[in-house]
Amino acid sequence: MYALVDCNNFYASCERVFQPQYNGKPVVVLSNNDGCIISRSDEAKALGIPMAAPEFKVREMLKQHDVKVFSSNYALYGDLSQRTMSILRDFTPHVEIYSIDEAFLNFDGMNISDYNEYGDKIKTTLIKGLSLPVCVGFAPTKALSKVANKIARKYPERTKGVYVIDTDEKRVKALKWTKIEDVWGIGYRMKKKMKAKNILTAYDFTEPFYESWIKKEMGVIGLRLRKELLGESVLGMEEPANKKSIAITRSFPKQLYDFDSLRERVSTFASVCAEKLRNQNSCCHTVIVMLGTMEHKTPTTKQYYHDSITLPFGTDSTLTINQAAIRILEKLYEENKGQRFKKAGVIVTQLSNTNEKQLHLFEEENPKHLALMKAMDDINKKIGDRKVKLGTQDAKTWNMKQELLSPRYTTRFDEILVVKCH
Amino acid sequence: MSLNRKHIKPKLTFFTPNFESEIKIPFVNQGVSAGFPSPALDFLETAIDLNEELIENPKTTFYIKVEGHSMIDAGINDKDILIVDRTLEPSDKKIAVCFIDGEFTVKRLKVEKDGLYLMPENKNYEEIKISEGNNFIIWGIVTYVIKKI
Repeated sequence: MYALVDCNNFYASCERVFQPQYNGKPVVVLSNNDGCIISRSDEAKALGIPMAAPEFKVREMLKQHDVKVFSSNYALYGDLSQRTMSILRDFTPHVEIYSIDEAFLNFDGMNISDYNEYGDKIKTTLIKGLSLPVCVGFAPTKALSKVANKIARKYPERTKGVYVIDTDEKRVKALKWTKIEDVWGIGYRMKKKMKAKNILTAYDFTEPFYESWIKKEMGVIGLRLRKELLGESVLGMEEPANKKSIAITRSFPKQLYDFDSLRERVSTFASVCAEKLRNQNSCCHTVIVMLGTMEHKTPTTKQYYHDSITLPFGTDSTLTINQAAIRILEKLYEENKGQRFKKAGVIVTQLSNTNEKQLHLFEEENPKHLALMKAMDDINKKIGDRKVKLGTQDAKTWNMKQELLSPRYTTRFDEILVVKCH
Repeated sequence: MSLNRKHIKPKLTFFTPNFESEIKIPFVNQGVSAGFPSPALDFLETAIDLNEELIENPKTTFYIKVEGHSMIDAGINDKDILIVDRTLEPSDKKIAVCFIDGEFTVKRLKVEKDGLYLMPENKNYEEIKISEGNNFIIWGIVTYVIKKI
């Protein structure tokens, strides 16, 4: 048996943990730079505030309904996510973290007589311990557990947030209820193709008539999904693995066109990438830099420019990655002079394990980098906020626009909750 | 270190070690030598870890700072740091972080026949009786107080 545990409106719910005055009130969370709405409480959804709407477009509506608006506080969400996941591990050792607010659980080899009751225990433990509401869907396969979760979320009164698909009758009923676009792994493009073929529900998708068409259109992935929906488990739990690539991309609060500002941004992103590489003990072989112009009005003009450099050796050195990134930036900047950029990013990829770093006969980076990077990480860890930087990173902080940021209650000692004793 | 079951087949079960959790192990630097080993080696222990000693449920424990004087007789002063565990069940006489009508407060719980009271520990403050009309949550139970001397 599998379960999918999904936190309801995770970011909005996290904001309420330390500010319960917003329980039962409409709450929304904005993306980086306070751009778009990325999480809505049930009350905000009921008001008809659309997901992903740019903040400026719904500003009047937010004001009119007295909606509480937060900037995204990833330090808080990350910590509460980790706490959630480790609480889930108390219920089974087999937990696959699927995203910041979702996890698959597997109960093979465990003796659970009543999954409804077990799901309820998971739910109440998280509410009591962290004030985070979740829905739990149980089913014999991962894809079906997603479906079960959706049912639990859709019918809170009837399911109390927990739904178990444990008979074929329930499975068929659930699949007939599930729209094709809500099936795990069916994207926007696929949905269109399905609809053209008259595949409207998950149940249609499992009809034998469509099997060969699915094979042709989606290959083995589609066939696996079909089996999963039929109740045959073919997708096991994924082992936690290091990331295959690391990307740091941000939009700027205002458009940038001078080289120095861009260099500062790219340099900072490269440094963060390098730090993340060292944290997961990886080296990268390829550095990619991308710039975006974000011309919404004229979709025909090219929106993104990018280029890459593949290094002769794997590296996790801030200096080397930064050098490569700036070389790419120089080239991109020359090629697109006069453009105004709204977005930039650094991506490091082709990762290998640092411990398996191959010694290279002719081309190797300065071994002093290793000691320098370690010293830099140690100091930054101690004083926080990445104070030790490269010369190309501007001294002035380029923080994102986060005007409505709540305190980092769980990760900063000077920002913990203050309680008045009156 | 715990064991993770990796593949589940009818007869064989394979385990892979999980190195996620950290355990501090004392470093023994005795070298290799002949003769008597140091008798102190038998008494080596890991260093005291306050996280381990003071926090029973790390996943549901939070730090909270106090502002105000209503709990001074319980040893909770202005600017003290509280360790608050949300897993523990609230009961009579426990000190709790509560949320009442839009504001957090710290008080001692008193369960009486006619209901629940929030008791200050300072004679200049008044008790609060919780009634139906209050928007009230017991947020967590205070387990320790950290104070700077």
